[in-house]
Amino acid sequence: MTDIRYLAPNTLDEAVSAFAAASGAASILAGGTDLLVQMRAGVRKPGTIIDIKKIPALTAIEDLGGGAFRIGAAVSGAVLAEHMGFAKAWPGVLEAINLIGSKQVQGRASPGGNLCNSSPAGDSVPAMVAAGAVVTIQGPNGKREVPVEAVPAGPGRTTLAPGEIVVSFTFPVRPKGASDAYLRMIPRTEMDIAVVGLGVNLTMEGGVVKAARVGLGAVAPTVLLVEGAAKALIGSRLEDAAVEAAAAACRAACKPIDDKRGTIAYRTKVAGVLLKRVVAIAAARAGGN
Amino acid sequence: MNDMSNKWIGARTIRPDGADKVTGRATYSADNTMPGMIWGKVLRSPHAHAVIRSIDTSKAEALPGVKAVVTAKDFVDFPIDKSVMLGIQDMRWMARNILAKEKALFHGHPVAAVAAISEEVAAEACKLIEVDYEVLPHVIEIEDAIKPDAPILHDWVRHEGKPSNIAGTMVLKAGDIEKGFAEADIVVERTFTTRPVHQGYIEPHACTVSHAADGRVTIWSSSQGQFMVRAMTSLLTGIPQSNIRAIPAEIGGGFGAKTIVYLEPVAVMLSKKSGRPVKIVMTRDEVQRATGPAPGSLMTVKIGAKKDGTLVAAQGTFYLQAGGLPGSPLRGPVGCSFAAYAIPNVLSTGYDVVSNRSKVAAYRAPGAPHGAFATESVLDEIAEKLGLDPLDMRVRNSAKPGDKAIYGATFGDVTFVETMDAIRKHPHYKAPLDKNPRPGVKRGRGVASGFWYNAGGESSVQVNITEDGNVVVTTGHPDVGGSRASIANVVAELMGIDHSRVNVIIGDTQTIGFSNLTGGSRVTFASAMVATASCEKVVGQLKERAAKIWKIDAEAVKWEDGMALPAGDNAGKFPPLSLKELAAKANEMGGPIGAQVQLNTTGADPGYATHCVDVEVDVDLGIIRVLRYTAAQDVGRALHPSYVEGQIQGGVVQGIGWALSEEYLYDKQGRVDNASFLDYRMPVCSDVPMIEAVVVEIPNSKHPQGVRGVGEAPIVPPLAAIANAVHDALGKRFYALPMSPPKVTARMDEA
Repeated sequence: MTDIRYLAPNTLDEAVSAFAAASGAASILAGGTDLLVQMRAGVRKPGTIIDIKKIPALTAIEDLGGGAFRIGAAVSGAVLAEHMGFAKAWPGVLEAINLIGSKQVQGRASPGGNLCNSSPAGDSVPAMVAAGAVVTIQGPNGKREVPVEAVPAGPGRTTLAPGEIVVSFTFPVRPKGASDAYLRMIPRTEMDIAVVGLGVNLTMEGGVVKAARVGLGAVAPTVLLVEGAAKALIGSRLEDAAVEAAAAACRAACKPIDDKRGTIAYRTKVAGVLLKRVVAIAAARAGGN
Repeated sequence: MNDMSNKWIGARTIRPDGADKVTGRATYSADNTMPGMIWGKVLRSPHAHAVIRSIDTSKAEALPGVKAVVTAKDFVDFPIDKSVMLGIQDMRWMARNILAKEKALFHGHPVAAVAAISEEVAAEACKLIEVDYEVLPHVIEIEDAIKPDAPILHDWVRHEGKPSNIAGTMVLKAGDIEKGFAEADIVVERTFTTRPVHQGYIEPHACTVSHAADGRVTIWSSSQGQFMVRAMTSLLTGIPQSNIRAIPAEIGGGFGAKTIVYLEPVAVMLSKKSGRPVKIVMTRDEVQRATGPAPGSLMTVKIGAKKDGTLVAAQGTFYLQAGGLPGSPLRGPVGCSFAAYAIPNVLSTGYDVVSNRSKVAAYRAPGAPHGAFATESVLDEIAEKLGLDPLDMRVRNSAKPGDKAIYGATFGDVTFVETMDAIRKHPHYKAPLDKNPRPGVKRGRGVASGFWYNAGGESSVQVNITEDGNVVVTTGHPDVGGSRASIANVVAELMGIDHSRVNVIIGDTQTIGFSNLTGGSRVTFASAMVATASCEKVVGQLKERAAKIWKIDAEAVKWEDGMALPAGDNAGKFPPLSLKELAAKANEMGGPIGAQVQLNTTGADPGYATHCVDVEVDVDLGIIRVLRYTAAQDVGRALHPSYVEGQIQGGVVQGIGWALSEEYLYDKQGRVDNASFLDYRMPVCSDVPMIEAVVVEIPNSKHPQGVRGVGEAPIVPPLAAIANAVHDALGKRFYALPMSPPKVTARMDEA
């Protein structure tokens, strides 16, 4: 049996230097809902665990005004759900984060962990991609910012450099008439992994789509930003033809695999079905804003 | 005894195991520890099919901290050519299932086991065991295993004179089917498949075993029968039963699958070799890969009927998966599928098919849900084609008292129609159903019925009066479905005392007489019957004591409300003697009061059930949800109605999973690809509606309280009921389970 070092630094600098010093033998612990399961399954055997929940920036929720927010990477789903302002500005992101795991898991699971676990089926990721959230990353060489979709590199792999830690997500200012939504297909009603997950972020003005982003999960090695779908929606009044074109773009973007959770044919079909449903929800919400 | 005004029989008393379970105090099989205890770990085959040329354990034995290593060589040899049966289990297969002998027959098949000072060291030692495998081509599915060029698992299996994977056949016949089908106005023949499903108990298999220096063995484990654990362990290790004390732990679900052993004999030999108590706990992965499941099936059912719906002929051909070793539950589909219907011409044939998957285990009404899926789907189709109400058609064809069942018995009471009437009269069956509630959503309603044999068998019950005048009841049955609560109700009723004064416990193999497995829906039936006999003896003793005190004849004493009273004015006038008073005087009046009765019980009439279900289909996503479910069953007499309802609801929920989402998935190497509760999709609470149990109580005349077995019949109808409802919603019949979203959308996209 090997011993595991456990560190819980109070500052980001300490965390980054400990992480870098461990040169690959350390794992970051936020909620641990993936890490501990993977350790138990023998998939990961870190020599050092760095708990980042004691670092204030990692657990902060900052209201930046105008619907803009900065969310610490280790904020749990349950804590975020209690923030009324965030729920109003980003209901789609919140509903996606709140789909990670069970009620109990929600007390621990975080969007940062969900992103860094880099499963193409992570629920929060398509919604954050659609939201246009920006990730703040701190590493041995300083700080950098990238869009969410730039972080996953493939199943279980990220583009983070050695020693880099995801610090926070910044959600942009919300214009009037903007809202978002997320749906996933699972065979059961809960406690399941997305067969397809899809987030849509819309800005409507006088019934016309002014801006749109579509994030699509579980149909390719990484979560996709489907620009073709957004293009089909922008400028439209969400007429059937426009929405069908967006659905077709989602289907075309799919590069799924046949696996125990779904077939290629099924996943591709569902991507289009979900696009239509999510657009309808996001548009209804945007109409109320 | 069937007075419905009973005080305790039929009452929803507090369950005796409830407080311990909700506070976490209940001791399950993994909760036991002993001084000096070490940990066992099982090495499992990485191949789906391989000859084991040799096993070298020397490196593992040399690892510091390792105390013992065992392989099949350390166990009693059961040669292939000589069957040794224990109940329905053949020890030739049981021995080869707990540890592979000539061959590894599935991925995850135990090959060796290690005991060491920690689980980590034991796991490390497993990696050091060198097994020389000759890997063979494998075969997983029935369709492939019965092909002429299929890889053959066992060279000693012959079917029709040729090497085969068909290891057994069962045939039941009545009349002449050729003649029957010739007389029919309509004949429908369909082929069905179902996937293997796991029993899904929450508690993994585990045991703690102590083999002491004097040769005496103690086993703590959870199972559906401590006497089964003792007997199988004795057979497989050669240790006499008198030296094995099997102590039943609380059980976290069994559903039939814990009627056999996996770990106990292995732990016994590790303990014997090491001289230390040994504990083994399976992981969920091991449970899913190497225990259970219920078999998958390939079935063809052909039924012929007259225009008025009278059934004239039926033919069923049922291929069931056995797993790597023979022994699928053929009597389920072969015997039950047509049993409840009076069909003059029947041919029902079952084939036991071995393939490279884990050996199947019993699962609630083993094999019957499969057959009912096929038969009840075909009946629905016939009723539809003839324009008949599906329940009316079933009522018309119900077997009658005195009919000879296809499996040989002659029916006594037949209460099948009563279950159909309960549904026909239920508001659910008549409630309007909006079949097109929203765009893209369809709804439908379906019905199906089910039959299960039920069983009696051996039970022992000891009833002791404590010195302070209360009652301790010891039974020999692990409580998987509320047997303690039910027996407490019966004993409180018969003794005429408050329920709180009765404590029911489960004895171990050396403290209570032989009691057969908890299985076959038998335990409440049998143990209530035996508890009744015990109570009658005890009441007889109490009356004798009172008679002695009063110096009158025992026949002149009656027992009422927990007190001895003179039977009438002629007996004399005496103040009543309470149980407490008689207990206080017990020793001066002849000694302790108590009685143990041991019986092989009979008279367990079959279980009948009829179900009605509404489903809703999200057509674009292919998701089927159950909206409403009503399940009627004749239970004879519900000793504890909450438990009876719970049994019915539990059976239905498992049936819903079987119909809609549960299945074993294998990869190309023949490995289970979804060996976890995440990807083995059992329904969660939010997937199912409140199941309404319609408890029909027609007392079984052969039982003192009128009990019929309850636990298995409710899992028989759901597969077909749901499939029939889906057909009503979509206009398409599904012949393959589960009706999972990809399959539903693929079917809807067909022309």
